[in-house]
Amino acid sequence: MTLLAPTGPGQPPPAPPAARSGSRRLLPYLLVLPGVAWLLVFFGVPLGQLAAASLYDPSGSLSTGYAMTWAVGNYADVLQAYWPQFLRSFGYAALALLLALLLGYPLAYAIAQKAGRWKNLLLVCVVAPMFTSFLVRTLAWKTILSDNGVLVGLLRDVHLLAPDGRLLATPFAVVLGLTYTFLPFLVLPLYASLERLDRRLLEAASDLYASPVRAFRRVTLPLSMPGLVAGALLFFIPASGDYINAELLGTPNEYMVGNVVDSAFLVRLDYPQGAALSVLLMVAILAMVFGWLRGAGTEAVR
Amino acid sequence: MTGMARDTPTGDLRLANLTRRFGTLTAVDDLSLTIAQGSFFALLGASGCGKTTTLRMIAGLDEPTSGQVLLGDRDIGRLRPYQRPVNTVFQSYALFPHLTVFENVAFGLRRRGIRPVDAEVNRMLSLVQLDGYGPRRPAQLSGGQQQRVALIRALVNRPQVLLLDEPLGALDLTLRRQMQIELKRIQTEVGITFVHVTHDQEEAMTMADTVAVMNAGGIEQLGAPADIYEFPATAFVANFLGRSNLLAAEAGGTSGGDVAVTAHGTRFSVPAGRSRADHGPVHLGVRPEKLNLVGSADQVPVGHQHVTGVVTDASYLGVSTQYLLRTGWGTELSVFAANTGTSARVAVGSEAVAYWDPRHAFLLPRDAVDTDPTASAPNEPVGASS
Repeated sequence: MTLLAPTGPGQPPPAPPAARSGSRRLLPYLLVLPGVAWLLVFFGVPLGQLAAASLYDPSGSLSTGYAMTWAVGNYADVLQAYWPQFLRSFGYAALALLLALLLGYPLAYAIAQKAGRWKNLLLVCVVAPMFTSFLVRTLAWKTILSDNGVLVGLLRDVHLLAPDGRLLATPFAVVLGLTYTFLPFLVLPLYASLERLDRRLLEAASDLYASPVRAFRRVTLPLSMPGLVAGALLFFIPASGDYINAELLGTPNEYMVGNVVDSAFLVRLDYPQGAALSVLLMVAILAMVFGWLRGAGTEAVR
Repeated sequence: MTGMARDTPTGDLRLANLTRRFGTLTAVDDLSLTIAQGSFFALLGASGCGKTTTLRMIAGLDEPTSGQVLLGDRDIGRLRPYQRPVNTVFQSYALFPHLTVFENVAFGLRRRGIRPVDAEVNRMLSLVQLDGYGPRRPAQLSGGQQQRVALIRALVNRPQVLLLDEPLGALDLTLRRQMQIELKRIQTEVGITFVHVTHDQEEAMTMADTVAVMNAGGIEQLGAPADIYEFPATAFVANFLGRSNLLAAEAGGTSGGDVAVTAHGTRFSVPAGRSRADHGPVHLGVRPEKLNLVGSADQVPVGHQHVTGVVTDASYLGVSTQYLLRTGWGTELSVFAANTGTSARVAVGSEAVAYWDPRHAFLLPRDAVDTDPTASAPNEPVGASS
């Protein structure tokens, strides 16, 4: 939707100044037209194509061509073959979300309520890693966690890690990578919510016999729910579809759905399978998000 | 939450040498004060005089730089706010927007583990005529209703002291008058000590048994509203609580129960019992409504004192007419003449004589450098924000 920006209010309206009321009424539609066209051509059409491809005859190939046979069986096949990767995707994403909440909530709270004049600087620090490619950052993690690295050496020395223990190529590394990559997506909406929190409400809670812990549970937490839900969604959705972290920090034993989709399209060139996996992933995430929003109450996401 | 409220013996609230500094600014300066148990006490002052800081220190939301807050024999000055048997009605109400009215009111009870809460909360809701409003959210209530919820949310806990931080400031005039009467009624009913912070002198006088007029972090005068009004202790009080005509004068000692005063070459006298100074520079004060206007000096009754001047302004206010009388030496006196229909109105520009009974005048000490305060008398502080 950012693509709408170039045609935003800064742009002179396409209609001449002496426009009749007819073209004036059309103006808003003209303004959204480029964005809608873009979405239609580059998102709507490919999505339809993807859905169609997921129903192609699986016995076809790129060289011989695919026949549209409405092969619904593709879905059963991929689910049967790759359910562990599906589970792993959501499991890792959920674990990473939990970790990110433990790290991100205090961080967002501190920046919003306690940072004073350091607020802006700290916010920049949260966003700063995004100025470099996340591929580079993930490769950096690979170095940090490598078997010959300082960290592993240190952990082995203090016996937190067995002499032959390792960090890289473990589920731990993948979850850590996911947590790190998507943390800002959780922190920023949370920060926005906590920043709006009226400190006088905390004083009122304190005046009404709530200890700091209770005041947090009864006032701060519920009032930061909108940011929490938004941030968790922004974190969980890309995290469960991610494949770079599993690829670089894990082994095939840690592969997630994203890796399978990647290999189906680019290695095995099995388009029906890749398409079926993609559609399934999308539907699963949508179902989860809707289920959660309904459960959490839409009121929380104002 | 143990050791709180109901079981502990109540007593007077005492502030002892309470001081609060913010950097170089002293907001509250060595304040000592005793507030009798069960009284309705008002801290009255302009914004920035330290009244809200005092209140916050009683609530525990602000920590004193030095001094004590005592409740009965117990020093509560270092307790956390949630450990004090004190509740606050906040200026902004600070109602929890995510909770219903019912849960807002039940908040304090639940935190102390008191249950069931239903009967108590509903009783409070009907006390302020909000029966049936329990399931609503604060945002769905009018300002006056929110104010009442804020009040019972504090009151339901039966604190030993209820603090009110300008809780009526955001209400319109009619509603404010109504709530003043309501608050007074509730206070009499529950018998809890109320400490009410306000900049509205009328509000303080309507409700409080005792008023403390604060200025620059200290107390200028403390007493019953009528006593303070009739015999203010300082020029600040004389002009903050109502208005006063203050004439810069020199007192020349007491003779025969009266203090002789000379102001701008004219001799006056004030009973010694209404003089806070009997020699040196003084203010001779008379309230505007204690002045009467007549056309000439021979209409002044025996035993009254008078000054002559020219009427420069007359504002008709319905219940009264407010005149400005410019004296021969340039001071403007304000005169409130009640519209009783017995005396004719005085035309602007005409010469008139203002007279008063000396028993209605008062004498206050004056710094020699003080200029005539009536020239720059502060306006009524009503409506100023703090």
